[in-house]
Amino acid sequence: MKRTLTNALPPALVVLLTLAAWEAVVRLRHVPEYLLPGPLRIAAALRDDWPALYPSLLQTLAVTGEALLAAAVLGAGLAVLLMQAKWIERSLFPFAVILQVTPLVAIAPLLLIWVKDVRLALVLCAFLVAFFPVAANTALGLQSADHHLLDLMRLYGASRWQVLRFVRLPSALPYFLGGLRISGGLALIGAVVAEFVAGTGGAASGLAYRILEAGYTLAIPRMFAALVLLAGSGVLLYALLSGLSYLVLRRWHESAVRREGVLSSG
Amino acid sequence: MALPGPNVRDGEPVVRLHQVAKRFAGGTEALAGFDLAVAPGELLALLGPSGCGKSTALRLMAGLAEPTAGSLERRLPAPHAVGFVFQEPTLMPWATVERNVALPLELLGLPRAEIRRRVEERLVGLGLGGFARAYPRELSGGMKMRVSIARALAARPRLLLLDEPFASLDEITRWKLNDELLDLWQREGLTIVFVTHSVYESAYLATRIAVLSARPGRILGEIAVAAPSPRGADYRSSEEYLRICRAVSTKLAEALGKS
Repeated sequence: MKRTLTNALPPALVVLLTLAAWEAVVRLRHVPEYLLPGPLRIAAALRDDWPALYPSLLQTLAVTGEALLAAAVLGAGLAVLLMQAKWIERSLFPFAVILQVTPLVAIAPLLLIWVKDVRLALVLCAFLVAFFPVAANTALGLQSADHHLLDLMRLYGASRWQVLRFVRLPSALPYFLGGLRISGGLALIGAVVAEFVAGTGGAASGLAYRILEAGYTLAIPRMFAALVLLAGSGVLLYALLSGLSYLVLRRWHESAVRREGVLSSG
Repeated sequence: MALPGPNVRDGEPVVRLHQVAKRFAGGTEALAGFDLAVAPGELLALLGPSGCGKSTALRLMAGLAEPTAGSLERRLPAPHAVGFVFQEPTLMPWATVERNVALPLELLGLPRAEIRRRVEERLVGLGLGGFARAYPRELSGGMKMRVSIARALAARPRLLLLDEPFASLDEITRWKLNDELLDLWQREGLTIVFVTHSVYESAYLATRIAVLSARPGRILGEIAVAAPSPRGADYRSSEEYLRICRAVSTKLAEALGKS
């Protein structure tokens, strides 16, 4: 308990001091609200605009969550598929790489034209950026299984499925979870970028839409309030996925074991 | 007595390698003209300089690799009648000790109750009774190796192959496990082949020591160890033990000299 406190105190203090300095600069130099509102003003906007912001937050989180779930399932699925044969890997992996290196902003307009349902298009965009880290990491994990353990499986005449279930999938688990942590942030970014591209015309109204809207009406505190919610969601998502990773791996994987007693590694 | 022993003792050999050669894809020739027959019930040590192909010979016997030339016969009731212990414990870090030991039995599709019974029996037999729920990383090196041996024995093999199993353990643990291995061998009528680079370990454990030449490995000579069992601390300081160590060392020097 005491240790948690001493660990948490310095960063909390730094955050408070930064916010105080921000507020002080804004007040003392009379920075206009439409250029940079102070933290207190942003907090007020957050409170006042909550009825509009909250549904948007839920909307963006839902899109992010669905995209991340799809990326986890399909990414891991593709990794398993790629491992089945060299020719499958050689023929499918380039597509995954092409999707990864093409900027989302460039594909998003096309997807929004092709897919009638705007919400589905948003999920698809977020999925496209979140997919690759899971797939690539899981593929690496599946290949990283201990060779002696694989020998052992051969010794007992294990089937392909048994090798996957007993050795390859558990070996890939830490890699998969690492990929998922990266994908979480990417899914959120993907959802926001797609919302931006969809713009105000779309029926959907996520946080990015609120930011656009606030920008048009020069409601800068409100824009910041939406940004705070976005950043907070990103941090929370990362913390959740790190927590999940810790819970799953804490008994056996070095990455989780070493973190014991440390506040957080990131 | 340290006499060159006959290649085959009583009974049909469990594994027989005849003029076996093994060349890897990279061109490395690990074994050439390798002749060896493993008699049932013996405790055979394969001793040789490092990189001489000892481990390759063991992998061939296990059926984990195919010889490039020559013939290899295995007389075993089932493919899983071989247990293999690697140099590292090679445990599944994500599984408890009992799940690790149960692995071969789960792969063979035995009923749950039977698996639990056999695992329990093995764990108790190797002094792991209290560690069934522990994870490998919570165990010492010696305990991990015990788990590895328990796993290799879980499916009740006829032939147990060990690849420098105790090389990374401290001397005290090593001696203790040597005694436990001897004990298992006597109790269960196993045939054991183990690879080692320790003259003293081979002289203490084996009923026959096969010395390999430098790469490409072949059998340079064999030394039968007629010491009575059970062997113990007395044997380790006996005249005969020293004589065998000397004979083995001489052969090993010969192996190194020819490289």
